[in-house]
Amino acid sequence: MVSLLSVMLGLPQGDYIELHRKRHGYRHDHFERKRKKEAREVHKRSAIAQKVPPSSPVVHSFGPPGSYVFLLGFDDDYELCIHFRCTLNRCVQALGIKGKMFAKKRYAEKALMKKTLAMHEESTSRRKVDDDVQDGAVPAYLLDRENTTRAKVLSNTIKQKRKEKAGKWDVPLPKVRPVAEDEMFKVMRSGKRRTKQWKRMVTKATFVGPSFTRKPPKYERFIRPSGLRFNKAHVTHPELKATFNLEIIGVKKNPNGPMYTSLGVMTKGTIIEVNVSELGLVTPAGKVVWGKYAQVTNNPENDGCVNAVLLV
Amino acid sequence: MEVETEVERDINNVMCQLGDPEGTPLGPPLYLPQNAGPQQLQLIVNKLLNNEEKLPYAFYISDQELFVPLETYLQKNKVSVEKVLSIVYQPQAVFRIRPVSRCSATITGHAEPVLSVSFSPDGKQLASGSGDTTVRLWDLNTQTPMFTCTGHKNWVLCIAWSPDGKHLVSGSKAGELKIWDPLSGKPSGNPLVGHRKWITGISWEPVHLNSPCRRFVSSSKDGDARIWDVSLRRCVIVLSGHTLAVTCVKWGGDGVIYTGSQDCTIKVWETSQGKLIRELKGHGHWVNSLALSTEYVLRTGAYDHTGKEFSSPEKMKQVALERYKKMKGNAPERLVSGSDDFTMFLWEPSMSKHPKTRMTGHQQLVNHVYFSPDGQWIASASFDKSVKLWNGITGKFVTAFRGHVGPVYQISWSADSRLLLSGSKDSTLKVWDIRTKKLKQDLPGHADEVFAVDWSPDGEKVASGGKDKVLKLWMG
Repeated sequence: MVSLLSVMLGLPQGDYIELHRKRHGYRHDHFERKRKKEAREVHKRSAIAQKVPPSSPVVHSFGPPGSYVFLLGFDDDYELCIHFRCTLNRCVQALGIKGKMFAKKRYAEKALMKKTLAMHEESTSRRKVDDDVQDGAVPAYLLDRENTTRAKVLSNTIKQKRKEKAGKWDVPLPKVRPVAEDEMFKVMRSGKRRTKQWKRMVTKATFVGPSFTRKPPKYERFIRPSGLRFNKAHVTHPELKATFNLEIIGVKKNPNGPMYTSLGVMTKGTIIEVNVSELGLVTPAGKVVWGKYAQVTNNPENDGCVNAVLLV
Repeated sequence: MEVETEVERDINNVMCQLGDPEGTPLGPPLYLPQNAGPQQLQLIVNKLLNNEEKLPYAFYISDQELFVPLETYLQKNKVSVEKVLSIVYQPQAVFRIRPVSRCSATITGHAEPVLSVSFSPDGKQLASGSGDTTVRLWDLNTQTPMFTCTGHKNWVLCIAWSPDGKHLVSGSKAGELKIWDPLSGKPSGNPLVGHRKWITGISWEPVHLNSPCRRFVSSSKDGDARIWDVSLRRCVIVLSGHTLAVTCVKWGGDGVIYTGSQDCTIKVWETSQGKLIRELKGHGHWVNSLALSTEYVLRTGAYDHTGKEFSSPEKMKQVALERYKKMKGNAPERLVSGSDDFTMFLWEPSMSKHPKTRMTGHQQLVNHVYFSPDGQWIASASFDKSVKLWNGITGKFVTAFRGHVGPVYQISWSADSRLLLSGSKDSTLKVWDIRTKKLKQDLPGHADEVFAVDWSPDGEKVASGGKDKVLKLWMG
């Protein structure tokens, strides 16, 4: 019934007006007056928009920046604008914060009106639907097919070769947590009295290669358990955002040290070489690419699989 | 004392019967010496056919080509000399095309991937359509752009030259067709509107049926094919009947139109009233591509490797008709269709509505099929990274060309049918030798997928365009 909003907006409280109308009807000229008043609204609005609203301090921002002059005047008729370059008796704008708010409201209404007009106009004429010219043009025989975007062709093998030589890599994980030796190896006691402690067992994931044969167990210093050996890695292509299960060819570099590289230990941040022949990549010279580097992104000993991201 | 003894080797003779590829025998069975090789056989065939000039022939015994004297062949294959040996001779093209080996020019110009490339029938002009809604004409002498034809509202998907070389039609993704004058690069009138969806194929009426060229047929995704008249500038007949998109359309040399569609059927239409003559059913999935045995002759019209110019349309019609008749011979026109169901069918549509042969073997969908210019071979490009070669008359499998590492999109034959060119998604083009059945030349160089390839009818140049927006010209 009585809402705070209606109070704030100055609307009538209660339904006494409606009751009166129901009992006694409208004035004889009510509808005509209403119609005329509404017609005058437009002019009134434009007048407000153009005049300085009375009883309000006005801030002008003419003149060089930083030189605001306050015109404190409350009498419309005798106001003279003392601003630089302003030669009018009255500045022809509703100014100040009120003016700004008014202008904003007006603009929103104008935009809405334009939209509704455009909408009405549309329905009258039937136009052919004009598809925008899209990117990624494909020939007619590929149009009805959803094609997975293929990997981009290698841009420059020479640069790659140079990078390889330098041993410097622009890798996704530049810094990794160093793995301590006691975390990497587990001491294996051997000998009749279990006193010899020169054997070590690797506790991280390793890659040994297909032609690997163990050294005779008596002389083997580093044990790589077969349960922690991996041949395949889940390699993600960073641009395609697709993951492939690719064979590992070898371990190129382990950031923790050359000893781990030679053992073939794969920890987080290790660079490995994977077989990418199933991706169908071709160099600009026409040669088929079958091996690329990837960097390990997880801790394989915790997850049971090697996840890597391809270095393109 | 040295006695010169001439050891006379026993030269055995063998009974041979020469026959042409369709099976008709040439002359009576001959008693030939075993040291006869392909050259001697060539002389015999030329004599028997009463050829004025010595034409080259290739010889096949039970589908294997004969390179060595008969003796060696008999020994290797242990064929009995008691039975009559049937030797099939195949005429080869008189001219020999040099294989292309290098990229002579990389022409930029298009702002979006190049979707289709086509040489004019006389091989003097080159046009390409692209995703930037323009058709560009290129100057082959200087290898630079000549004209840019703008006006389409969406990607230009297909272009087709009229067999007399006077008109170029291009179809776009918005369903409109535009006719261009290739000598000035200006449109010949307003766009032809009628199709509601994109254009999938365009084919002109052969010049031996009607000269100068007036009519062409276009197929669209909306399921119908329309015959348009260039001089009237409107659609004359609508061939509707397919329930799904029509993927390819070919105007045959007998005056019928073949349309292949995604509804797994091929429909044969007659051209005066647009009535359906036959429906060829058999495929299990979309029909992707059609090829006719006389397609190359229909495309080049009256022009051949000699590069003659013609004075009047009647002369052109006459010459084209002669060429067509020679090409066709007595056999009916053959049609091969490649489909998404990994197989192809060989049809003789004028004979029966059942396929002649089913050609299986591909492991992925067949994207493009193409008869060789002499009609003896069929080549098929598939998404399983291989190109397969089949006998053009029986449909029997001959060999598979492997080498691409990505789906093979389009193929093109050289004008002498000795070389086959394939363009693939792996950005390379490869030239395959038909005689040795091996890779002849690898043409890398494109930076991205190759969408369209074409070998010029005079055999000098190859043009290719793809996703990297450049047009490459390759030369021998």
